[in-house]
Amino acid sequence: MAIDKETVRKVAHLARIAEPEERLEPLAKELSGILGWIEQLNEVDVEGVEAMASTVDVKLPMREDAVTEGYTGGGQPENVVANAPKTEDHFFVVPKVVE
Amino acid sequence: MAGPADMKLAELRDALKKKEVTSLEATDAYLARMDKAKALNAYVIDTADKARDMAKASDAKLTKGEGGDLEGVPLGIKDLFCTEGVQTTAGSHMLGGFAPRYESTVTANLWRDGAVCLGKLNMDEFAMGSSNETSYYGNVINPWRRNDGGNADLTPGGSSGGSAASVAARLCAAATATDTGGSIRQPASLTGTVGVKPTYGRCSRWGIVAFASSLDQAGPIAQDVRDAAIMLKSMAGHDPKDSTSIDCPVPDYEAVLGQSVKGLKIGVPKEYRIDGMPEEIEKLWAEGVQWMKDAGCEIVDISLPLTKYALPVYYIVAPAEASSNLARYDGVKYGLRASEFKDITSMYENTRAEGFGNEVKRRILIGTYVLSAGYYDAYYLRAQKVRKKIFDEFTDAFSKVDLILTPSAPSAAFGLGEKSDDPVQMYLNDVFTVTANLAGLPGASVPAGLDKQGLPLGLQLLAKPFDEETMFKGMYALEQAANFTARPNEWWG
Repeated sequence: MAIDKETVRKVAHLARIAEPEERLEPLAKELSGILGWIEQLNEVDVEGVEAMASTVDVKLPMREDAVTEGYTGGGQPENVVANAPKTEDHFFVVPKVVE
Repeated sequence: MAGPADMKLAELRDALKKKEVTSLEATDAYLARMDKAKALNAYVIDTADKARDMAKASDAKLTKGEGGDLEGVPLGIKDLFCTEGVQTTAGSHMLGGFAPRYESTVTANLWRDGAVCLGKLNMDEFAMGSSNETSYYGNVINPWRRNDGGNADLTPGGSSGGSAASVAARLCAAATATDTGGSIRQPASLTGTVGVKPTYGRCSRWGIVAFASSLDQAGPIAQDVRDAAIMLKSMAGHDPKDSTSIDCPVPDYEAVLGQSVKGLKIGVPKEYRIDGMPEEIEKLWAEGVQWMKDAGCEIVDISLPLTKYALPVYYIVAPAEASSNLARYDGVKYGLRASEFKDITSMYENTRAEGFGNEVKRRILIGTYVLSAGYYDAYYLRAQKVRKKIFDEFTDAFSKVDLILTPSAPSAAFGLGEKSDDPVQMYLNDVFTVTANLAGLPGASVPAGLDKQGLPLGLQLLAKPFDEETMFKGMYALEQAANFTARPNEWWG
């Protein structure tokens, strides 16, 4: 299925990537090319086949609901915000989102 | 005696234990070689000070006759592994200057065993590429050149291009790498090195910058099969912090090397021939089959008819998972934030426009599209079903054979820029490797010969899930028969 310029605009917005107007047409062409190649999958009969998300055939492990030590244990606000572009008192600072 | 940087990892390990050389000497030898090899652009950064500190600590242990399996051995780390306090960029502008506050499990395992960190290795941006041309930090140049005297710069493959180039040029004893669709095995094939992608779940993914979580798996690129076996043993192991890491013992892969492969059944799938594949690769493959036969293996012709659908499945599944994984780069928690924006939405949009390169954007857009309302069933769900059929096809094949032998890549190293205009042509590089990721199988590339231009070519072995031991046995037999000893000329300094 060919993707048009408007679809690219919509998808780019969903993905939160600013694409300049002049890139939309070339991207539509590129993505259509890739999706056209992908569409050979329509030749495969998948009737009754179960969709596979993971190759690991084990039940996901459960752990005790308790505070753990170390990296995943919480209580490390300095480490959490250490690489943030803008912070204040262990908070991430973003442009105003509520009027 | 050869200098420490001329040794294989196993030789260096043994020399260190025997105190014939110190870790600091080895580390300095590698750092000096790295300095002279800047033209290859294999490293994004070196960690010389840290390396010397780690080497001194190792020497203190070695002097006392103590130390782990890799004590004092200098390694290169793909820049996809989070290293505490050391810049981890994933080859992206988005993560320029990002210094994680934690260590990935795989690298922590290597340091636990005494290894020394030389620096972070260049790679395709977020591991998306097959030529190392998508890195924000520039192309990696393959140490190998064609023998036509043209001196054209060739790709080392990707995405682990820095890992492969640094091992081929001996800028580290061995390197870590990751493989989502072939990113360990294809660059290994293009650089005359050994690359191993273990079974999905064998190595912890914790602390590895995520690309496509159901496919990503870490593994080594090394100078020979023994070195790869030593590396994988240290890297692998169960980790409660990765819920898909499997709790099963890690065998001593080195111990199986040299064990007889007599009676092993080797599957040869007729579908691993593609249009335009050089005759030399076909010939080398036939030679590989003969080598295994000579070693006492039984050759079994098998059929994997869904092979040609593996790449299209991959280019739905991987971008879909990537679009979700890369949603975290929003200019808030870490990494780049755009300087110009008018509100929070434009802050996100401008940050992601500036921070991601074209290939990453392309894949995020494809992933977003195939997951969007109205297209999910037609693309994503269908791809997952075809993935299941590919998985079943392999399960069936492995009920008849122990290993599968194929070429590793459809071509030798190609020139930089030769395939970068056509995404689909670039994607075809992974045609022989991607199936193992979709099915979660272990796979490895072993250098097997040179083409007429003097460039290395690899053969691939695939094995049953968690049967890396049989794979290593087969790899060693291939290595013995191929007797690949060629080295690139050191034109870079």
